[in-house]
Amino acid sequence: MTNSISTDICIIGAGPVGLFAVFEAGLLKLRCHVVDALPQVGGQLSEIYPKKPIYDIPGFPDILAGDLVQNLMRQIEPFHPTFTLGERVERLAKLEDGSFQLFTTDGTEIFCKAIAIAGGLGSFEPRKPAIESLENYEGGRGVYYMVRDPETFRDQRIVIAGGGDSALDWTVFLADVAKEVTLVHRGTTFRGAADSAEKVKNLHEAGRARLVLSSNVTHVHGQDGLEAVTITANDGTAETLPVDSFIPLFGLTPKLGPIGDWGLELEDDAVKVNTLDYSTSVPGIFAIGDINTYPGKLKLILCGFHEAALMAQGAFKYINPDKKYVLKYTTVNGVPTL
Amino acid sequence: MTDEVRVYVEEAPSQRREVVAPTDMALSLMEVLKASGYDIQATCGGMALCGTCHVEVLAGPALDEPSDDELAMLESLPIMTQGSRLSCQIRITNRLDGLVVRLMPQNT
Ligand SMILES: Cc1cc2nc3c(=O)[nH]c(=O)nc-3n(C[C@H](O)[C@H](O)[C@H](O)COP(=O)(O)OP(=O)(O)OC[C@H]3O[C@@H](n4cnc5c(N)ncnc54)[C@H](O)[C@@H]3O)c2cc1C
Ligand code: FES
Repeated sequence: MTNSISTDICIIGAGPVGLFAVFEAGLLKLRCHVVDALPQVGGQLSEIYPKKPIYDIPGFPDILAGDLVQNLMRQIEPFHPTFTLGERVERLAKLEDGSFQLFTTDGTEIFCKAIAIAGGLGSFEPRKPAIESLENYEGGRGVYYMVRDPETFRDQRIVIAGGGDSALDWTVFLADVAKEVTLVHRGTTFRGAADSAEKVKNLHEAGRARLVLSSNVTHVHGQDGLEAVTITANDGTAETLPVDSFIPLFGLTPKLGPIGDWGLELEDDAVKVNTLDYSTSVPGIFAIGDINTYPGKLKLILCGFHEAALMAQGAFKYINPDKKYVLKYTTVNGVPTL
Repeated sequence: MTDEVRVYVEEAPSQRREVVAPTDMALSLMEVLKASGYDIQATCGGMALCGTCHVEVLAGPALDEPSDDELAMLESLPIMTQGSRLSCQIRITNRLDGLVVRLMPQNT
């Protein structure tokens, strides 16, 4: 069943700039739907540096990136934006009346009157280990690069690979859900959250999860779906283990992705815009934040916020060509709700 | 004392390109490689947070031991070899002269 959504502006990207665009559009009484490929909002702030302080947000001498995301979410609450998270926008089509239809990887369809691309550095894609034929088992056939729904793994035999926080955390969590969990780590020590590493070691000792150190998953096997993986130790010894699912967790890295194929004028993997209203070469599609480029562009949150304000005016005019827009300060009327 | 060093980037087996790097500007190897036209994302700007400046040291002078932050990042990548380093964590100093590195693919 396809999920179909209808809104005024579809914002692609739930980073700080996409979130603030909801506020600016809301002041003009435009409804927003926000889509992000990641399962959580915040873009780079949540994915790369949630615990780092930022010092150049006006009015905040310092604020943790994660807290800024929380504040932005609170600030846009009155406008009741809707979200599709964990799905990437793949394709878009311009309809005859000048509105748009967007399609996501998971089959969600979004009808909107204008589009604001706030895609940052692109969508975050999993880093994949170099294992031959791995791609044959993607798409629900046994290899998963993130855990969206732990229930997928109920009563399964699973192998997780990686030495970072998510590999440790999911090993702990899935030990209660799966039938058998093996964590394969290339090194002998875990840095970062010592607490999670301790939990994994305890589970291993209690026989509730298996920890294989100094080893890599080197081969995947199976006819129609995944049936087994080969784990090779640094000393060359190998074992082949029957499994239902293999979950390599090596972090995410941003890739421009489908935005590059939408017929927009690009320069060095960024979307060229007119700084009057941050419109792109396609009327009705705007681009704000790290994804755009123009003479003098600075990739800063502050600059993206400014761009969001001007974009909202441009989108308002595109959606309402006959209405006149009059600037109102939020200090005069407060923040309207939608 | 000279205020530049030479580092070599192995672009293919037995094909090395010389890169001249100033030692008096407090640059990192990542910044020098980027400035020399290499395709390095360096999303985090040198904070050991993104792993997109991953290189493998093939030969040359001994380097300082990686910090815990650098090791933690390296360990989270799918490929890590004996010589794996984050180029943003290597400061260009006179001691680096003759270093040979190879860029690791960005998604690994
Ligand atoms: C370590 C670090 C420190 C930084 N420190 C500062 C600082 O102190 N001050 C400052 O101003 N800036 C700082 N920056 C830069 C700042 O993070 C960026 O300018 C900001 O995140 C840009 O916001 P954005 O909303 O444009 O994009 P992003 O934060 O990159 O968000 C874009 C979102 O779009 C999503 N997306 C992309 N394509 C698609 C698609 N096709 N479908 C669905 N979703 C998609 C992505 O998944 C992502 O979540 C820092 C950056 C880093 C990495
Ligand atoms: S530039 Fe990000 S880790 Fe080096």
